[in-house]
Amino acid sequence: MIAHRQAPKKKDEQNSVRRMTVLVNDHWENSLADAYILNTSSDRKAMLDAIGVSSVDELFAPIPSSLRLNRSLNLPAAQSELELSQHLEALAAKNVPAGKAVCFLGGGAYDHFIPSVVDAIAGRSEYYTAYTPYQAEASQGSLQAFFEYQSLICQLTGLDMANASLYEGGSGVAEAVIMALNATSKKHQVLIAESVHPEYRQVLATYLANLKAELVTIPTPNGYLDPNALRRTITDQTACVVVQHPNFFGCLEETESLASVVRDKQAVFIVSFDPISTGVLKRPGDYGADIAVAEGQCLGTQLGFGGPYLGILACRKQFVRQMPGRLVGETVDRNGKRCWVLTLQAREQHIRREKALSNICTNQGLFALRAAVYLAALGPQGLRETAELCMKKAHYAADTLCKRSHVSMRFKRPFFKEFTVCVQSNEVPRLLDGVVSSGFHAGLSMGRWYPWLQDSFSVAVTEKRTKQEIDGLASALQARLMHMEKGGA
Amino acid sequence: MDPKTLRYSKTHEWASLSGDVVTVGISSFAADQLQDITFIKLPAAGDDVAADRSFGEIETVKAVSDLYSPVSGTVAEVNQPAADNPDLIKNAPFGDGWLVKVRVAPGSTLNHLQSYDDYQKQVASEAH
Repeated sequence: MIAHRQAPKKKDEQNSVRRMTVLVNDHWENSLADAYILNTSSDRKAMLDAIGVSSVDELFAPIPSSLRLNRSLNLPAAQSELELSQHLEALAAKNVPAGKAVCFLGGGAYDHFIPSVVDAIAGRSEYYTAYTPYQAEASQGSLQAFFEYQSLICQLTGLDMANASLYEGGSGVAEAVIMALNATSKKHQVLIAESVHPEYRQVLATYLANLKAELVTIPTPNGYLDPNALRRTITDQTACVVVQHPNFFGCLEETESLASVVRDKQAVFIVSFDPISTGVLKRPGDYGADIAVAEGQCLGTQLGFGGPYLGILACRKQFVRQMPGRLVGETVDRNGKRCWVLTLQAREQHIRREKALSNICTNQGLFALRAAVYLAALGPQGLRETAELCMKKAHYAADTLCKRSHVSMRFKRPFFKEFTVCVQSNEVPRLLDGVVSSGFHAGLSMGRWYPWLQDSFSVAVTEKRTKQEIDGLASALQARLMHMEKGGA
Repeated sequence: MDPKTLRYSKTHEWASLSGDVVTVGISSFAADQLQDITFIKLPAAGDDVAADRSFGEIETVKAVSDLYSPVSGTVAEVNQPAADNPDLIKNAPFGDGWLVKVRVAPGSTLNHLQSYDDYQKQVASEAH
């Protein structure tokens, strides 16, 4: 076993290992280096000759010996391709990915089913790039795909305009807030509910740190933003209000009441939403959102240990000139044939750098394409069925866990596919770790972000979860809790 | 308005003083240079503007140009019809296509701006 070598071996031993495991020629080190490093030994010689020194040592001679490392870096010996893949596989085997244990994890990234048509199309060599080419109009196929993505996002959100995507949900929230600040140039206060994803709030705080803006978080002790609390907090200086629906605890927000409070103060209403939820819930544009943003991972992108993901952003027409990122428009060429162009580029960094609205000047093309293919494959009926399955299974899970597992609902609120439960213990991380060994990722510990929720965790249930899996989770949780009550490790 | 009675900035805005209010627009030369105006961004009434500083933008199919204020003061009125329909600027830059009215300090003059004749010389030198 070559992986996990504890101490560097003696040089001779290293060399013998190399000779045994590499199909060798005598100059393998040089040839290997030359194969992967463009700076070859003959290149180095040519450069040294041009400078007029005979060796690299001579080049660095002016640096005093006392300032040099004077030994090799403390790194393990170079490995052959075979050794390296064995080593990496051994490391990777330490993970328990969503495919290896039953996944009830949520918090922005969800284990939804991905129809194989998504990989089949997104994997085509014409599309398989993360970037829009620099001469964008030369890639009509990519632009058409983004235009269709934008059109689908407009239908999904009930809003007028969608850009060709951002990087992920958190920066989507931050970009939406900056749009609102630009649109309401004399107002500087930003209100955000505590029930918005804590990491999105951190991203937002980072974006705003050096801007003229005051970020105020409104507490949500009952698991949702009380419209009366918003009414008491909002002022004439409020540029925008940010909520998440369904929120980080899984609870639904009172979006229409919140929208009316925001409208009364002529502030911008920003909603971070779950795209799948629009199969059963109202669309953001229908309940008064001015800007809707979302993490688009749920639309055909793998969990992938946290990324890369997809930032969705759509808005009412009046905000289009504040919208960051690329926007694809439909037009006709000189022969009257339908074609696509990047449009309204005056908003963008490459036209007027000093007045750019954002440092986003590209899009998450590959994942926007995946989302477009996913939505097209499901269709409105498929999206509705997916959402209904998530909702029904999540409610079955909530009932089952409460009946059988000594957990109770933390918030008495309606929810969609995710809910927060609490236990008679503040050792939730230990509980959840213990359940992994029974084959379940049971949920996300809330104490990590909310000190007042040390006894709580969220459980997300997608259409992929079966009744058997949910019943199994209930049993595993119950067994683990009883084990812990008896003082077990 | 008669172009000959107006004063002009080097950046092709015109100004006309009446009492304490200066009406601002862009010259016909500038309007002719701007092909296909798609959008115009103007300040709001009550905003402060400063001489030689950008107070708005004109966006065309090909480019975006800043609008520079010829005077300092407070915006008293904005030509919303022109903002909504930029063709007004193109077709009647000295008339219905005016942009903003700026209230200036009492006793202000437009002496720092060019006369019509001087502006024509500038245009002649830029036209080719």
